[in-house]
Amino acid sequence: MTQPTVGIVRTQSFTFAHPPHAMALDSGVGLGPVSLAYETYGELNAEKSNAVLICHALTGDAHVAGYHAGDDRPGWWEHYVGPGKPIDTDRHFVICANVIGSCMGSCGPSSINPSTGRYWGLDFPIVTIPDMVRAQRELVRHLGVERLRAVVGGSLGGMQTLQWAASYPEMVDGIIALATTSRHSAQAIAFNEVARQSIMSDPNWKNGDYYDGVRPDLGLAVARMIGHITYLSDESMHVKFGRELRGGAFAFNFEGDFQVESYLHHQGKKFVERFDANAFLYVTKAADYFDLDLANPESPARRALAGTAARFLLVSFTSDWLYPTYQSRQVVDVLKTLGRDVSFCEITAPWGHDAFLLPDERLETVIRGFLGGLHGC
Amino acid sequence: MAAERCADAAPDLRFDLRIVASWIEPGSRVLDLGCADGRLLRHLRDTKGVKGLGIEHDEDEVVSCVAQGLSVIHGDINTELPGFPDKAFDYVVVSQTLQQAYRPTELLHQLLRVGRRGIVSFPNFCCLQVRLQMAFSGHVPVTPELPYQWYNTPNIRVLSLEDFKTYSRAVPFAITRSLAVNPAPDGSARQVRFWPNLLASYGIFMITAA
Repeated sequence: MTQPTVGIVRTQSFTFAHPPHAMALDSGVGLGPVSLAYETYGELNAEKSNAVLICHALTGDAHVAGYHAGDDRPGWWEHYVGPGKPIDTDRHFVICANVIGSCMGSCGPSSINPSTGRYWGLDFPIVTIPDMVRAQRELVRHLGVERLRAVVGGSLGGMQTLQWAASYPEMVDGIIALATTSRHSAQAIAFNEVARQSIMSDPNWKNGDYYDGVRPDLGLAVARMIGHITYLSDESMHVKFGRELRGGAFAFNFEGDFQVESYLHHQGKKFVERFDANAFLYVTKAADYFDLDLANPESPARRALAGTAARFLLVSFTSDWLYPTYQSRQVVDVLKTLGRDVSFCEITAPWGHDAFLLPDERLETVIRGFLGGLHGC
Repeated sequence: MAAERCADAAPDLRFDLRIVASWIEPGSRVLDLGCADGRLLRHLRDTKGVKGLGIEHDEDEVVSCVAQGLSVIHGDINTELPGFPDKAFDYVVVSQTLQQAYRPTELLHQLLRVGRRGIVSFPNFCCLQVRLQMAFSGHVPVTPELPYQWYNTPNIRVLSLEDFKTYSRAVPFAITRSLAVNPAPDGSARQVRFWPNLLASYGIFMITAA
């Protein structure tokens, strides 16, 4: 560990909404108890004004930075979070929680339903991004934080940041929304639906009731492969793989001659080891339902944004075709109309949607600068 | 009189920006079109408590602005203004940018819609140095204020101080304050009162809706 790091960290758990005080969900159903897996780094200052909430993307987890004991791989945003890093844990108290409906420690379809003692499966209620944010707010308050200096996230995490501003406009000083959108597009929904169909047509899926037997790994692997294609770009695929062959010559069979095929197979295989197929259905559905309806002057989100004092930073990437620049611009334009304090930067990067996860000097600079410019720093 | 006396003392600011800064009331809302690395906005924020926003098309400059904690939108000055509500700003600054606008009239119409006042500054294309170069060298002029060759200049419009006054009747807009200057070697500026259209290399105007 030559680089500065938050070091050894551990995931904690917080449970709330114990029956009969279930958390009301957008679907009209109550969920309780609700448990969240979360990690924190750094110290909350005496004024409790230096908390930064990080929201993870579709299949991410609470482990943003540092190392779990015995692990040689750091958290998913190690490059950006730590002592002296853009999200400086010497100055900020960083919080990240796994979203509800996922499977990385928070309650979701693969956790046990306390009222039956069995896995939830499809009995777990459908959750939305506002539901995820509601749960995060409970955690934040549990940690003694009434005001967040910033909420930061990319992709599905970026959607959560915008939802934070819409749901709790009085609680946030700054929003950093990366490679994201305020409404899931038909194209993005279409890819998610193909991914879901891939899972649901796996004979092992069994309507989501597979936890005591063989898992729908093939369906989930293909779902992940579809996702990965949307996270890359034509250029990054060309640079990374081109038409390179694994064996140097055509094998004249269907076992994956090309490097790009082998990469996708590998990503699919790796993914099924860590993620649950049902959870994939739930988190993609939450993304698909997401629409702040900002073009509508009467929408609750737009009204909330009109009243927030939060500063906004939106960042898009040139080669991101999953959430292209115009979708960030739509948010920027609404915030301009509302007279809010908004900054926007389109960063040139060939890596597609994945760019926000990768080291990028410009992204580091804008995150660091924006956080530094928020009052109280 | 040295114009420096009526300009903000700010050694890291270009001479024209010091004058622009001196014209801006503390605590006002300022939109800087083509804000580059945000020097003016930063100066205004740090010395006058101004709430500023920049529009800048160059990615590196945008990053540099955000790095300083400034608000900036990565975009094109020709298309960004329509998105702002009426009178969203007390001042809209167009410093060395008007001559780079595709449709300056539309830009000024929008500027006077979103801002209560505009501050426009540009190099004078008809100052003596330019006229002499044109007359005697037979080449398109290259001066400290117009340092580009014809083929790489961002300045797609060339105008004189008098042209701007004539233009004010066409758009129309009112000129409420103006200053003609020559930059001095020490980074300050000297006001030119006599025959400015010939002897000043630079003009700064405050404008309002007619």
